[in-house]
Amino acid sequence: MDNNPIQALVRFGWGRRGSEPLPSDPRHWLAGQITAPDPGIQADGFADLPTSGAALAILREERKTKPPPGESHLRDIYRREAAALASWAVVTPAPFRERLVWFWANHFTVSVRGGGVAPTAGAYVREAIRPHVTGRFVDLLSAVMHHPTMLMYLDNVQSVGPDSPAGIKGKRGLNENLARESLELHTVSPAAGYSQEDVTAYARLITGWSVDMQADPPGFKFRPFAHQPGSQTVMGQSFPDGQEGGEAALRFLGTHPATYRHLALKLVRHFVADTPPPAAVKHVAGVLHDTGGDLGQASLALLRLPQAWNPLEKLRTPADFVIATVRALDMTGEQVPNLPGIMGGLGQPMWNAPFPIGWADDAASWTGSEALLRRIDWAYGISGRAAAQDAGDIATASLGPLLRPETSTAISRAGSRRDALALLFASPEFQRR
Amino acid sequence: MNQLRISRRAALLGLTAAWQFGGASLALADAPTNRRFIVIILRGALDGLAAVVPYGDPNLAVWRADLVPPEPGTDGGLLDLGGRFGLHPALAGMHDLFKAGELLPVHAVAGHYRSRSHFEAQDYLESGADQRMDSGWLNRAVAALPPAARGTSPGGPALAVGVSVPLLLRGRGAVGAWAPTGFAQPSPDLYARIAELNHPDPVTGPAIAEALRERGFATQTLGADDPKAPQRNAFPTLAGSAGRMLAAADGPRVAALEVGGWDTHAGQRNRLVGPLTQLDAGLVALKTGLGDAWRQTAVLVVTEFGRTVRVNGTGGTDHGTGTVAFIAGGGVAGGRVGGTWPGLAEAHLFENRDLAPTTDVRALAKGLLAGQFGLSEAALETVFPGSGGVAGTTGLLRV
Repeated sequence: MDNNPIQALVRFGWGRRGSEPLPSDPRHWLAGQITAPDPGIQADGFADLPTSGAALAILREERKTKPPPGESHLRDIYRREAAALASWAVVTPAPFRERLVWFWANHFTVSVRGGGVAPTAGAYVREAIRPHVTGRFVDLLSAVMHHPTMLMYLDNVQSVGPDSPAGIKGKRGLNENLARESLELHTVSPAAGYSQEDVTAYARLITGWSVDMQADPPGFKFRPFAHQPGSQTVMGQSFPDGQEGGEAALRFLGTHPATYRHLALKLVRHFVADTPPPAAVKHVAGVLHDTGGDLGQASLALLRLPQAWNPLEKLRTPADFVIATVRALDMTGEQVPNLPGIMGGLGQPMWNAPFPIGWADDAASWTGSEALLRRIDWAYGISGRAAAQDAGDIATASLGPLLRPETSTAISRAGSRRDALALLFASPEFQRR
Repeated sequence: MNQLRISRRAALLGLTAAWQFGGASLALADAPTNRRFIVIILRGALDGLAAVVPYGDPNLAVWRADLVPPEPGTDGGLLDLGGRFGLHPALAGMHDLFKAGELLPVHAVAGHYRSRSHFEAQDYLESGADQRMDSGWLNRAVAALPPAARGTSPGGPALAVGVSVPLLLRGRGAVGAWAPTGFAQPSPDLYARIAELNHPDPVTGPAIAEALRERGFATQTLGADDPKAPQRNAFPTLAGSAGRMLAAADGPRVAALEVGGWDTHAGQRNRLVGPLTQLDAGLVALKTGLGDAWRQTAVLVVTEFGRTVRVNGTGGTDHGTGTVAFIAGGGVAGGRVGGTWPGLAEAHLFENRDLAPTTDVRALAKGLLAGQFGLSEAALETVFPGSGGVAGTTGLLRV
């Protein structure tokens, strides 16, 4: 199965779209998506959506005018952003690069369960995630940690150094939420063995990293008034106070060997198997280490892992499954259903993970029996709308050599075209990537 | 030939069994067969000091002045639990249970681990062990149930209520998952074909067959109206449905539910009201759904850890250690606050920040599993590996 074009599309993207031409050299085609510019940056679907600054200006305005829910623009921006991102995954010519965008957006999860996140979640992906997915990890980390959406989601905008002028004068104090999750989830992970003191020190270093809602446009602002004075020690490394101390801490954490191991583990789990082969993790971590955290090089290293070409190792998440189904049916424009709404109904609403750890990346988390049956029910519904198409042709086009004879037989014996399509989408091989 | 295929499919799905058990009636009231056990996980770390407020502790005001509701007896005040503790005012339904002797809050409870990471701690809490395991302690408890306690549910004795199965209930024992459905559905025949297509698959095969069994069961137990109820995923609705499924004579005997929203790093005074109201209404709905079976039911409500005793800089609390657990049910020896209160004096705080833990959550689980199902010490050792030094708490149940 090594270098099989269908496997390339299924594992590294969201499956084949209709009967689009297959790449003659799949590995070369995937690698080209890493080295070429991101077509998503110029995509029409994102053109009319606001920057985070513009969205925050609307948020500021609506906090004053308090429009009734039906007239608020905030919810509308969120809906348009979610639809734009999901629709782009259906049509992108660079699905591997786009999957990396989704992967890193999940690594640095923000959730609309946090106040103020909804109108800027899409801009966050465009501004902080998308430009850096093939760059250096430390730059991605820095972009995220300076972005208003993350600073608001994990409460850092409210965190005040206890001995800062604001801390002495007012009632507010330290909030360690962002610092803790940054260590645990975004960078070194608990495997690095940091302590509560390290969390507190890091939290103090980034006090004053905030959002200026009064600026035009609103955006990141370092507030010396709220910043904890004095140097801090994080994982044995001393950092000065001031904004530069926090910046230096990000450079330290963003290039730490434990961070590279953590990122390699997650990348291999996503692109190889739920239980990542240790040798593969070691290899990708080594690439990150040797290249100063070059995520493009790490992505290319994934393509060279023989295990990444073992077919059908990973279960599709609800979002993967929905996008893959719509791609297989080659739906376009008005035909494309309300993807974010469907993902929500199947248990994976966009920008709505319950915790900062994001969505789980293993089969066990998505095979609660009712969960699988729900996606099958949904597939049955959309099969009803697409039943003019021949299920056998779609099965052959989308799964190629991955299609099992049993599924082929079941499709050919189905009582209706709709049933035949539903059987394709309910087959074990279509549940996987 | 055709007929043979259909009957094979029916056997695959257990559908015949599901239909047959529809007319079964309630058996002897106090036989072990009728005991139920439900675990509710509060994901995100409930602040025990805010849910069951130790208003009699002189140090409470030192740390919590801004977060403590007025004393019992005043407008919007705490709901008294006997002079030292008070329930948060959003927990009025649970206060009624307490007054009826059916609610036992246990204070200063923690897991056996000391992680302050949600994700690690939830894994350990649900694994019931010192490391993350592939199975949860409730699944191993189901596997250890004596035959008489397993019931006759066609979907097996255990049920996860919600779209996915939590680690707590994952493992080798058969577990069904159930959540109200919202999409158009294939015909029974197409379901059968889908199940057959997936049958050889080790992951999707069992999951799909199990879900179909659960649906066959759920549809006849719940009546037609229920799945279309508004806000069908809201916790009280799920809890009420779970209660009705467990009440059935051939229903599951063990269930797990979960409810989130407890990670109150900021603005805790306001943000805690919603989750507490959901929990309160959920327990009431569970009792209503269970009907007479409430008398044979024990519910254990646990969270992964507590929160800091001190209020943080943003009107919230950060990740801590000791917290409160709740035990509820018709046979629970309630109407009192259990556990050993460590006090809130600075010298008594755990690591100078958290409520010191004095009760291991495994002791409560062991006490309930022994009391409800007669699980032996040896069986409880397999449920909680390495917990030999932790005896099950006695006296949690009246009978």
